[in-house]
Amino acid sequence: MLPDRNMNAHVGEIVIEAGKGTRRYWSDLWIYRELLYFLAWRDILVRYKQTVIGVAWALIQPLLFMSILTFVFGRLAKLPAGGVPYPLLVLTGLLPWLFFSQALTNAGNSLVGNANMVSKIYFPRMIIPLSAVVVCLVDFTIAFVLLLLLALMLGALPDWRILALPCFLALAFVAAAGAGLWIGALTVKYRDFRYVIPFLVQAGMYISPVGFNAALVPEKWKFIYSLNPMVGVIDGFRWSFLAGQSVLYLPGLFVSALLSVALLLTGVRFFRKTERRFADII
Amino acid sequence: MSHAIRVENLGKTYLISHQQRAPYLALRDSLSMFVRSLVLRLARVASGQATSGLTKEEFWALRNVNFEVEQGERVGIVGKNGAGKSTLLKLLSRITEPSTGKITISGRVASLLEVGTGFHPELTGRENIFLNGAILGMSKAEIERKFEDIVAFAEVENFLDVPVKRYSSGMYVRLAFAVAAHLEPELLIVDEVLAVGDAAFQKKCLNKMGDVSREGRTVLFVSHNMGAVRQFCDRAIVLDSGECVFDGSVEDGILYYQNNVIGWSDRVAENPTTLRKPFEDVPIWIQSVSVLDDSSRPSLLLEHADSFSVVFDVVVERPSKDYYSALLVHDSYGNNIIFTTDEDLVEPPIAKVSAGHYAYSVQISGGLLKPGTYSITPVVCLKRRGKVDRRDAVLRFEVQDTKTRRGAKQIYRPSAIVAPEVPWVLNRVNDSRAA
Repeated sequence: MLPDRNMNAHVGEIVIEAGKGTRRYWSDLWIYRELLYFLAWRDILVRYKQTVIGVAWALIQPLLFMSILTFVFGRLAKLPAGGVPYPLLVLTGLLPWLFFSQALTNAGNSLVGNANMVSKIYFPRMIIPLSAVVVCLVDFTIAFVLLLLLALMLGALPDWRILALPCFLALAFVAAAGAGLWIGALTVKYRDFRYVIPFLVQAGMYISPVGFNAALVPEKWKFIYSLNPMVGVIDGFRWSFLAGQSVLYLPGLFVSALLSVALLLTGVRFFRKTERRFADII
Repeated sequence: MSHAIRVENLGKTYLISHQQRAPYLALRDSLSMFVRSLVLRLARVASGQATSGLTKEEFWALRNVNFEVEQGERVGIVGKNGAGKSTLLKLLSRITEPSTGKITISGRVASLLEVGTGFHPELTGRENIFLNGAILGMSKAEIERKFEDIVAFAEVENFLDVPVKRYSSGMYVRLAFAVAAHLEPELLIVDEVLAVGDAAFQKKCLNKMGDVSREGRTVLFVSHNMGAVRQFCDRAIVLDSGECVFDGSVEDGILYYQNNVIGWSDRVAENPTTLRKPFEDVPIWIQSVSVLDDSSRPSLLLEHADSFSVVFDVVVERPSKDYYSALLVHDSYGNNIIFTTDEDLVEPPIAKVSAGHYAYSVQISGGLLKPGTYSITPVVCLKRRGKVDRRDAVLRFEVQDTKTRRGAKQIYRPSAIVAPEVPWVLNRVNDSRAA
């Protein structure tokens, strides 16, 4: 029998010692990268099985939110949009926010949701929350098509700045993964954190500039406001999509990015410290 | 690379929490207690300590275990429930971390602690093969290469595009085992999975595992089924209360387990078995024990569907109104399946008799014990004083099922302890809301 190339990567000595954890964690994570893909694939497949309208669900949520927020902030509160059609302003903020909040929710619940796998099979546990975040990228992509269509309809097409959009998406990914690792690991031990997630998501929607333009925040509060990592992401999204109609507050972006990276690094550390006991306590 | 596994001084502790219970009856008290414990708990969590309100006790699930396994060996791990077998497998397959000691493993490990881990009921057979393969550590290319073999082994060709939630349990298990069996690991860890599926498939699985070991791979096999262990393994490790109490040939290991761990006598039992007086001045003792089938013939091979009786003779040397008797039936796992006593009657008949020789006949209804090996333990006792004469596992008998539909299809659920024949009735209920 021909040995598989992937299999050779496993061959060699595995040493398991009390208190030492797994020594080849990152190479194991690499070996198991296909599992990340398969888990994400499973979640997407399962989500749309036995649904009538299937993928359309990924469009309905942003559409509804966009209508409501446009009505509340644009029509009732009559907030300025800075020359951009209000629905477009809302949708450019809504997309990264929905990605972040769904990724956080999914990643936070992912370990407990896959308790069976955690207690019966070895693989780097980080794959579970990470694949939960990856799944949300698919929804994001679908919703992004909606955004493009809307921009086309309103005749407000993006310019060269859109090339920076992947960077801001990456930033949102980092923030979501960081927060997801923290909450996912905490939920394994303290199920209370399950109830923290919906609260975070609801409150976050109001304190992030989803329904309004971040430029409305008074100058003296701007820096503190940017301590919310999603402020920088949403700001960046608008800047790169709205063809110069939105100004990028650079110090704020810097702070948001720094905080997101810090969140991810501490999240990874905390996750790795606690994951050894997952199978015992889940 | 001669050692496939080397385990040194391995130990695993768990903390067991005991909730401090206080029988507070007043709602006011309970509420204030609740608030106080909540505040205390949050304070401790915040300061990084463990949850309060609980007393913790350290429990060694596994302690000071040492062994080495050579490449290509087939080792059976035997022990009662709770002896630490599952913990050992979890440590070896890296699911959880040891508290003490060290494990060195060479080569890829595949552990089948449960068949079909990660199977998703909504996904089709085809989709689950890929998913499960990936969970077990196979690459997509590897799964694609083995796909045909897996499908053929599992015999599910016609159901590949059906969600597995519509599979019969047999098909489900076959598919799950098939994926795992094609992993080609250097070390295969198998926990009890063969206890599921029909007999033909179990045999196929054992053969597959045999192939695995003939290719020079190492197999660790945990089972309560001594027959399967004997057939498949060439070495046995016996665990008892978290410690390794025997390590040697499979025959000796099984004997050790049956004699010293679950207390079965290794001599061939006669039916009826005649017993000696336990000590000179005994007031009451058991003289002989036999198992009779439903036509009252002595037999140690019983039919699942038929009732049987246990007859044991009791010699009353000095009568007492405090006598009563009991009968225990244990399965080969050491589980006490049946406990029955004449103390449940208003007055045990043995409490009324004069000195002499009596025979108890205890009839046990059919359709209750699932196929397997059982032992019987008769006891005579004094009220409030406990046993006077107890004969642990004095006889062993087999239960087979050659008569019922379940027996023909071998569909006994391994996790269920008894298999009573239960009538199922479905009645139509008229919907009153519609009326």
